[in-house]
Amino acid sequence: MAKKQNQSNIVNSLNKLHVPQPTARPDEFNDFSNLNIPNVEQAECPAIDTNPHEMRGLAYGLIRVLDDDGNAAGNWNSTIEPHVLVKGLKDMLVTRMFDERMQMMHRVGKISFYMKSTGEEAISVAHAAAINFADMVFPSYRNQGILIARGYSLVDMMCQCLSNARDNCKGRQLPIMYSWKKGNFFSISGNLATQFSQAVGWAMAEAQQGGGRVASAFVGEGSTAELDFHSALTFATAFSPPVILNITNNQWAISSNQVVAGGEKTTFAARGIGFGLPSLRVDGNDFLAVYAATKWAAARARAGLGATVIEYFTYRVAPHSSSDDPSAYRPKNEPDFWPLGDPIDRLKTHLINLNQWSETQHETLIEDIKTEMKQNYKQAESYGTLKSGDRPDVTTMFEDVYEDMPLNLLRQRQEMGL
Amino acid sequence: MAQMNMLEAILSAQKTMLARDDKVVILGQDIGYFGGVFRATEGLQAEFGSNRVFDTPISENGIVAAAIGMSLNGLRPIAEIQFADYIYPAFDQIASEAAKLRYRSGGEYSTNLTIRTPCGGGIRGGQTHSQSPEGIFTHVTGIHVIMPSNPYDAKGLLISAIQSNDPVIFFEPKRLYNGPFYGEPDKPSVGWDSHEKGEVPEGHYTIPFGKAAITRAGEDLTIITYGTMVHVVETAVKMAGVDAEIIDLRSLAPIDNDTIINSVNKTGRCLVAHEATKTGGFGAEILSIIQENCFWKLRAPIERVTGWDIPYPHAFEWEYFPGPKRITNAINRIMEA
Repeated sequence: MAKKQNQSNIVNSLNKLHVPQPTARPDEFNDFSNLNIPNVEQAECPAIDTNPHEMRGLAYGLIRVLDDDGNAAGNWNSTIEPHVLVKGLKDMLVTRMFDERMQMMHRVGKISFYMKSTGEEAISVAHAAAINFADMVFPSYRNQGILIARGYSLVDMMCQCLSNARDNCKGRQLPIMYSWKKGNFFSISGNLATQFSQAVGWAMAEAQQGGGRVASAFVGEGSTAELDFHSALTFATAFSPPVILNITNNQWAISSNQVVAGGEKTTFAARGIGFGLPSLRVDGNDFLAVYAATKWAAARARAGLGATVIEYFTYRVAPHSSSDDPSAYRPKNEPDFWPLGDPIDRLKTHLINLNQWSETQHETLIEDIKTEMKQNYKQAESYGTLKSGDRPDVTTMFEDVYEDMPLNLLRQRQEMGL
Repeated sequence: MAQMNMLEAILSAQKTMLARDDKVVILGQDIGYFGGVFRATEGLQAEFGSNRVFDTPISENGIVAAAIGMSLNGLRPIAEIQFADYIYPAFDQIASEAAKLRYRSGGEYSTNLTIRTPCGGGIRGGQTHSQSPEGIFTHVTGIHVIMPSNPYDAKGLLISAIQSNDPVIFFEPKRLYNGPFYGEPDKPSVGWDSHEKGEVPEGHYTIPFGKAAITRAGEDLTIITYGTMVHVVETAVKMAGVDAEIIDLRSLAPIDNDTIINSVNKTGRCLVAHEATKTGGFGAEILSIIQENCFWKLRAPIERVTGWDIPYPHAFEWEYFPGPKRITNAINRIMEA
């Protein structure tokens, strides 16, 4: 939560609408010195069956495990097998380099649109590492790290972005609007927050049928303003289904700073308190903290204790999308001052401190991923691009509107000469 | 007169009204400091202050509801919904509240709200940045539904919308923002400086609702359309080599029955074209008006050329789009009948 130093609005409140403003605009400076970043020791780690009313402080603090030197400490620190951490590091690097590659492909006109997750990789990757593959993810549009952590084929992801003959969404969706049913990854909607309340319904059905799986849904802090967010929390508190309700607070919703979504006076995690839900606020750039909070929430859900709200506090280093230019509304160098660092660098340092990793291994890994990415892209492009004409069969555009094609669509398809 | 593209005309209409009436306010996502994702409100916050032009949380329902509330307390709000595809969370506030308020309160309460929203495809936006949902709203009584096809009309109609004491949904065909689109995506795009309707007065003027424009007078057949399709139809008419009368409805609710009826009674042949899907679309309403009023003058069945009855597919944008070829084929069928 940003603490605004300027309180002059109190004086003017009688004849002026209070319109929240970000700390800095392009010609100004923001070093985030107004942020209160607690140290790793501060956050308590309650037992999962603790009454939510007794852990309200967690919604206002910040759960951290990795300190500034890359060492793990604090109440949320737990033993994580080194191979889990190494896989996490690799998945985050793959996610970042995948983003770079696809952004480049957008620049040269091979794909029509792209959205990077730079700086936010730990949220998706650590979260995916801490839940089971069978758990159902209801993602937002910046959770590509979950697909990568779950082992989805990069070629398939690229084919979706290319809208080519191998695109499993059959060319119907914008790039990055993935769907991977086998990976328990729900079809991404361009409409915001709709998946949040659907995830609660999925979890209600899981409770009703006793399946033991957990639903996990993601929204951005901006989208918490949508009705679906509030429906989700209301149903989640009423029915106590096994669901994790994740809020990625990356500070920026296109040009709107998190203050416009109501982040000026409280935290996004604190939204859960009014619903009686346990609510955690987590350092989103700390792989170990994201992992620990997710494990805690998943254990609660599996124990039949209901939903948890988690806010991941992070920063959107990337533009909103390939159509966006953040320098029009925030200082160009603002990302450089983000005090919670880079999630990849932080985990890398930690692994080196543990003697589980080295600079040489890191360089080799980057080279390997580079080569792999190149090969994957070459293969993906061999199935076509939007422009090359190797698209899904055009007759398929009339399919899947309904299970069986009704007569009006059959006739329209014939009218098209197909 | 000044040269304006459609965005500049829409910006100019809002600026004109902000300056003229201090009760006018603008709210929506990214419309303040940033000036809107399409730049339709660029510079307005700097000029008129964040008290009157401000960003809102991402809640379409909240934006429309707050705008209704503001109008109830003396203001004249313009609410931007970033894409028409995102208007649905606000549907209850539009259909059950804004549209019915005057009626249900016996005329005591009403809302002057204007909702601006970019619609239509042609920009590779996929199914969530391409929809034309006007037909959903024309079925709701109590709201005006407007869709201009050029900068001149956009400014005049938007000023009318802002001044209207009834709620208005103002659909902006985003493919037309920077220039007329003639339905041929492979040809280089042209700007509004190539079109006479790119000449727009700098100051205040209005275009009344419920008045269609005849953009081309003709004797062979009547083509009724609106939005982006006005220009696509022009291409098709040239390709078919017919003397068509093209009617740009501009205002769907209220609709200009007289212009439609007079033209079809004159030509005896009619084609209706819109980008939205066919079944239950606004074209069906136009056909009914013609059937009720022109039946004995018709010399051929009326045809509709529309988007197919499917979601807007990203990879098949131009197969979906009712382009000049499909329109030309329909014109030929009607002329041969």
